[in-house]
Amino acid sequence: MAEIILRDLWKFYDDVEAVRGINLDIAHNEFIALVGPSGCGKTTTLRMIAGLEDITAGIIEVGDRIINDVPPKDRDIAMVFQNYALYPHMSVYQNMSFGLKLRKTPKDEIERRVRAAADILNIGELLERRPKQLSGGQRQRVAMGRAIVRDPQVFLFDEPLSNLDAKLRVQMRTEIKKIHQRVKTTVVYVTHDQVEAMTLADRIVVMNEGIIEQVGTPEEMYDAPQTLFVASFIGSPSMNFLPCQVEAENGGLAIRLTDNLSFAAPPDRGDRYSPYIGKPMLFGIRPEHISDKRPHTEPTHLDFTSDVVVLEPMGIDTMVFINVGETEITTRSRPRAVSQVGEPMDFTIDMAHMHLIDPESEKVV
Amino acid sequence: MVSVPNVERAVAASPPASRRSELRRRFGPDIDGYGFLLPAIIVMISLVVYPFFLAVWFSVSDAFVGEPSSYVGLENFIYILTEDDIFLMTIWNTLLFAFWSVVFKVVLGLTCALLLQRILKLKRFFRGSVLLPFVAPTALTTLGWWLILDPTYSHINWILANTWPFTMFGLGPYNFLGNPTLAMASVIFVNIWRGIPFFIITILAGLMSIPEHLYDAAEIDGASTWRKFRSITLPLLRPVLAIIILFSTIFTLGEFNIIYVLTRGGPMNSTHLFSTYSFTYGILNHEIALGAAVALFLFPILVLIVVFLLRMVRRDTSHEL
Repeated sequence: MAEIILRDLWKFYDDVEAVRGINLDIAHNEFIALVGPSGCGKTTTLRMIAGLEDITAGIIEVGDRIINDVPPKDRDIAMVFQNYALYPHMSVYQNMSFGLKLRKTPKDEIERRVRAAADILNIGELLERRPKQLSGGQRQRVAMGRAIVRDPQVFLFDEPLSNLDAKLRVQMRTEIKKIHQRVKTTVVYVTHDQVEAMTLADRIVVMNEGIIEQVGTPEEMYDAPQTLFVASFIGSPSMNFLPCQVEAENGGLAIRLTDNLSFAAPPDRGDRYSPYIGKPMLFGIRPEHISDKRPHTEPTHLDFTSDVVVLEPMGIDTMVFINVGETEITTRSRPRAVSQVGEPMDFTIDMAHMHLIDPESEKVV
Repeated sequence: MVSVPNVERAVAASPPASRRSELRRRFGPDIDGYGFLLPAIIVMISLVVYPFFLAVWFSVSDAFVGEPSSYVGLENFIYILTEDDIFLMTIWNTLLFAFWSVVFKVVLGLTCALLLQRILKLKRFFRGSVLLPFVAPTALTTLGWWLILDPTYSHINWILANTWPFTMFGLGPYNFLGNPTLAMASVIFVNIWRGIPFFIITILAGLMSIPEHLYDAAEIDGASTWRKFRSITLPLLRPVLAIIILFSTIFTLGEFNIIYVLTRGGPMNSTHLFSTYSFTYGILNHEIALGAAVALFLFPILVLIVVFLLRMVRRDTSHEL
């Protein structure tokens, strides 16, 4: 069993607070993605779990054992680095077996494990090559092979795909997912790419400025962000934000965006939104929840008309940019239903997916 | 005439050749290129090739200052090898001097570089001051060492005699430059002192080029500090080490200044190297032929070292970091 528990974890570099008191429970065999912009403390957190950075304050437990002062080699973890960190003077085989050799594993056992890992990763023919004779994707596999042969309790990935080109990245992403399904272990995966996090992880941890903004499944992150940061960070293209006011209207509540545009709030949110009546708030809605006008029966689906400013065809959908007040927002329509630039177009907005954000606390209410 | 290719026919049909195109025909179209090379070739011949072959000629002649010389074959070499005990001593001295100098320079240079890499406070100051022995003129600093090692004025002897805790042992005074063993140790020491900055700075540069993440990976793999040094630092430093060992060996085998200032080859020829002994023969004793033979003796040894080390470098620089 290898659950990982982080308790009130801090990291200072001189005056810089890189990680500021984070708490996190990672379950056995769970795939966790730490995601956030650069400098948010995600890599520092990972390196503290690995033992490559000292812990300023707090506790890290792996499998019921506090490992704060345990040296990296005794933590039973393996790590895949961003630039692979393959030893350039060793062959692929030597790279993969180095850790086992240091642990005095018998030779035939090393041989067996390296072959097995090479089979999983499809690098059986490359074992005698040097790293510089490999392509980026192959190096990536070797780096993962080096981790797999150790059969560790915990896998740590530090932005493993960011040095690959876009196509290879998507390919390796699937590969990593498959490997995790075969080699069941706890995985902590650091990335700045929210798509990677969404596609790979059982749960996502969004970090920002050294703290955890939110922890949840990819669906929770997407459907129910708890902060302005998470709402804007998760999702591509990202969520639209518009200044708004909550108004009482016909016994319900309405969200007023401009003098002549307001939408009735979903009826079930009356209690949540009523304390904010009259205050300046932020209205958040994802592009896919404003589409070309469609027949609908749901009370939360509402229609409006606006002029098209820019069209961005994406193939399966077309992004339609429109102006609401002074803000440009993105909407998503079927390619054949859009109007020309400058022409008015009818839209349907799904208010059930709206988010109301308090701009002072930056929390979703 | 049917089989004549077009090109040849065209040449044959061209108007009578000028001198320039005559040259072109004979030496190929690159004749201009040779012209551009000429200045460099002249410089090479007059400054490198000519003196070298002059020395070779001297070594197989009976050249003596102010007298006409004639060819004597390998007589000079046979003489110094069979009848000149000082020369045999010189061979031994030179090997001893070069071996210990280079060994200590590598070990101490590597140690200092590893230490300097870890010093973060006043980094520039320490790295800069390391270079001092290297940038000061050798003749000048060696004079300083001469004073320090001088039997009458030796600072070391004074310290041994007058400061605690050395006073307890009753050491010295030592005649550093007057005793054959101590004299050899002294010139080796000064050579190390003088040569070590080159090693430190070069090795330091080599160390900096080893990416930090390799050490992270090794740490995770479970490598101890010693193991990281052995399995990562040393192998990745090997090309750099080979190059500086090569250079240092060549320079050390040809060392002159330090010996000339400190001991002039004495006492009792115990610190003579090829260069100083050759100088003694050729310049001081006017026996240019024997001087040249002594100096040339070094040449095949150097060639062997260069070939050996360059092979090692070529084998090892094939990985990118």
